Amino acid sequence: MDSTLPLLILTIPLFMFLFLGLLGGKMSHKLAGTLGTLGMGTVLVLAYTTAFTYFFSGSSEFVNAAGERLQAVIFNQTWLAFTDKLVIKLGFLLDPISAMMLVVITTISFMVHLYSLGYMRDHHGVYERGFQRFYAFLSLFSFSMLGLVVATNIFQMYIFWELVGASSYLLIGFYYTKPSAVSASKKAFIVTRFADLGFLIGILILSYYTGTFDFTALTSIPVDGMADVYQVSEQTALNVKGIFDSAAASTFMGASVMTWALVLIFMGGMGKSAMMPLHIWLPDAMEGPTPVSALIHAATMVVAGVYLVARLFPLYLMEESALEIVTVVGAITAFYAAMVACTQIDIKRVLAFSTISQIAFMMVSLGVARPDFHEGLGYMASMFHLFTHAMFKALLFLGAGALIHAIGSNDYTAMHGLRKHMPITHWTFLIGCLAIAGIIPFSGFFSKDEILSSCLGYSWVAYLWMSMVAGLTAFYMFRLYYLIFWWKEHKTPEGHHAPHDQPWTMSLPLIILAAISCVAGFIPFGKFVTWKGESYDFMAHFDWSVASVSLAVAIIAIALATVMYRKENSLPEKFKNALPNLWRWCHHRFYWDELYQFITHKIIFNCVSRPIAWFDRHIIDGTMDSFATMTNKASEFIRPLQSGQIQYYVWIYLIGALLLGGVTLICLL
Amino acid sequence: MEITAIYYLIPSLIMFCCGVYGFITRRNMIAMLVSLELMLNAVDVNFVVFNRFLFPEQMEGMFFTLFAIAIAAAETAVAIAIIINIFRSTRNVDVRGLNEMKF
Repeated sequence: MDSTLPLLILTIPLFMFLFLGLLGGKMSHKLAGTLGTLGMGTVLVLAYTTAFTYFFSGSSEFVNAAGERLQAVIFNQTWLAFTDKLVIKLGFLLDPISAMMLVVITTISFMVHLYSLGYMRDHHGVYERGFQRFYAFLSLFSFSMLGLVVATNIFQMYIFWELVGASSYLLIGFYYTKPSAVSASKKAFIVTRFADLGFLIGILILSYYTGTFDFTALTSIPVDGMADVYQVSEQTALNVKGIFDSAAASTFMGASVMTWALVLIFMGGMGKSAMMPLHIWLPDAMEGPTPVSALIHAATMVVAGVYLVARLFPLYLMEESALEIVTVVGAITAFYAAMVACTQIDIKRVLAFSTISQIAFMMVSLGVARPDFHEGLGYMASMFHLFTHAMFKALLFLGAGALIHAIGSNDYTAMHGLRKHMPITHWTFLIGCLAIAGIIPFSGFFSKDEILSSCLGYSWVAYLWMSMVAGLTAFYMFRLYYLIFWWKEHKTPEGHHAPHDQPWTMSLPLIILAAISCVAGFIPFGKFVTWKGESYDFMAHFDWSVASVSLAVAIIAIALATVMYRKENSLPEKFKNALPNLWRWCHHRFYWDELYQFITHKIIFNCVSRPIAWFDRHIIDGTMDSFATMTNKASEFIRPLQSGQIQYYVWIYLIGALLLGGVTLICLL
Repeated sequence: MEITAIYYLIPSLIMFCCGVYGFITRRNMIAMLVSLELMLNAVDVNFVVFNRFLFPEQMEGMFFTLFAIAIAAAETAVAIAIIINIFRSTRNVDVRGLNEMKF
């Protein structure tokens, strides 16, 4: 495959960013938005073509004789060459997951571009301030995210990883006049940056021991006989495997160095994917415009952590303890976020916690994936869920955006009974809820079922736990749905016109995403994305007993939600009063933010920062200041010599001459 | 009594010291200029005296003195012009107060 198409996929968004960023202010709002959307549309077509070529062309570049999909490096250019060995390259890697991510990112990004044309203006059609800037940032984000998924080496991934972090920061803080948005953007940046510190250390350890940044080389290490799949010479693979084994043999604090490296890399993923305990930034990130939440904080950027683990999955398989950490973190986060989502009032927060919970599902699925269970079903399930979740969660967020746009508030208390006023939003939102709850035949059912199957293959504890979370998911989503669209009749406040459906630019993405959510489950994902690239019929792994149990759980949870929230009644209040402490803890998100506040303000600021500040101010600054003071004093002392008074100079001269004369005289005598 | 060089040199020295004293102590610029001339004249006297007593057959010292007198006259004219201009602009000839150009 020649590199024109892939290069265009990356350069068009970058060009759009520079173009809109530099010249956006000069052009009209409409032109800037249209240009941005058209640019993204072009990228969408190119990415679809690339993915289509990869999956269906059957060229020997992409599929080997055994029908296994290969990792194809389209181009790989040296970017920085420090030494002969330490070379950082930028390139374009095409393999099942990156091709899938190209489709996901460009689809969602295009939908969001289109949607924002309607969303980023008020009811009178006046565009928001900074509309062009918004589109420039969206393009920057698309560029960074596309660069991240096609990275050929872990360092390129890190570079783009930081770039998505930066564009996320810019977009969360888009309403920079609002203090809460500013602090949310700072919080997101600092928390993910802290996690990326672990990521960087992990990269350094890993590449120090393996001697390579390259994904193809790294993932070809562990499994014997994988060298031909990844088109690396046997010799290279053996060499690297030797180094890897020596790294696995050297230990640090009871765990092998490789485990440390992988856990630290996972820490980067935890930050980006909002796993506990680094999840605190994501709910606050909802301060950004809602399309941004749909694009960045639901569908694409936050799954980067999952993508990272999937990318290095063969390495993780070598160190099962690291995979177990992934599983445990995912399982705890999934449950925690689902609990919290049941009690939030802000609809975007509910969706944010739901996102955290669903990403944790993907993490668990990766964590429980083992090659000996249905050829690594968990890996495929995780990627499948990533795909379907991106679609239905973007749909839900865009639906929430439509509601917020119509009502002007984020709280469901201001909504209630909107089903008659906004039918399109209502139906698409319902489809999204059904998909996430896992009702057949919507897409979420299939992917979630695969995840639960692979959990069952791992252990029944994991299966029960995740089924419970799946039930909670169905419950809180339908609680949200009923509270928005049913509960009681909508009362429009005095002086407001009744809420109504949105312009076509906003409805069209909703309808398209809803359609995808309906049919995406029937994509034979096992034929496209598996961890070794082989294709298999996933219906062969379809376990009807798991499916029927998960369906039953979902239906019971939905029924419960229907009883409690369909019509205004006192059940929820009774429920809340029966378990006041649990409710309070959930509502306050188990006081994580307060805990962080306590740790940072009370402990770190007082015990670490203050002494350091004192040391800086008094010891370091003091030393420097005393140099300056001494110089000052010395100059004060010699300054009178340069008085500018000629008579004084003459005096000095005279005295000097006399002294010199005297000395000469004494010497002569 | 024979008149030797020392009879000329001692008044010249006294004159020079008066010049130096006046230059250091006087604040008035005119007075300082006068002191300067005093020193210059003392030196001129020395030239003439040494020429007369050490190299009587040569005339370089004499001519040099004539030159020095002429140049001193020109220089005094310039100095006076400067002082007058300073006085015009500042109404002051006290050398201690003239420090505007310093900073």
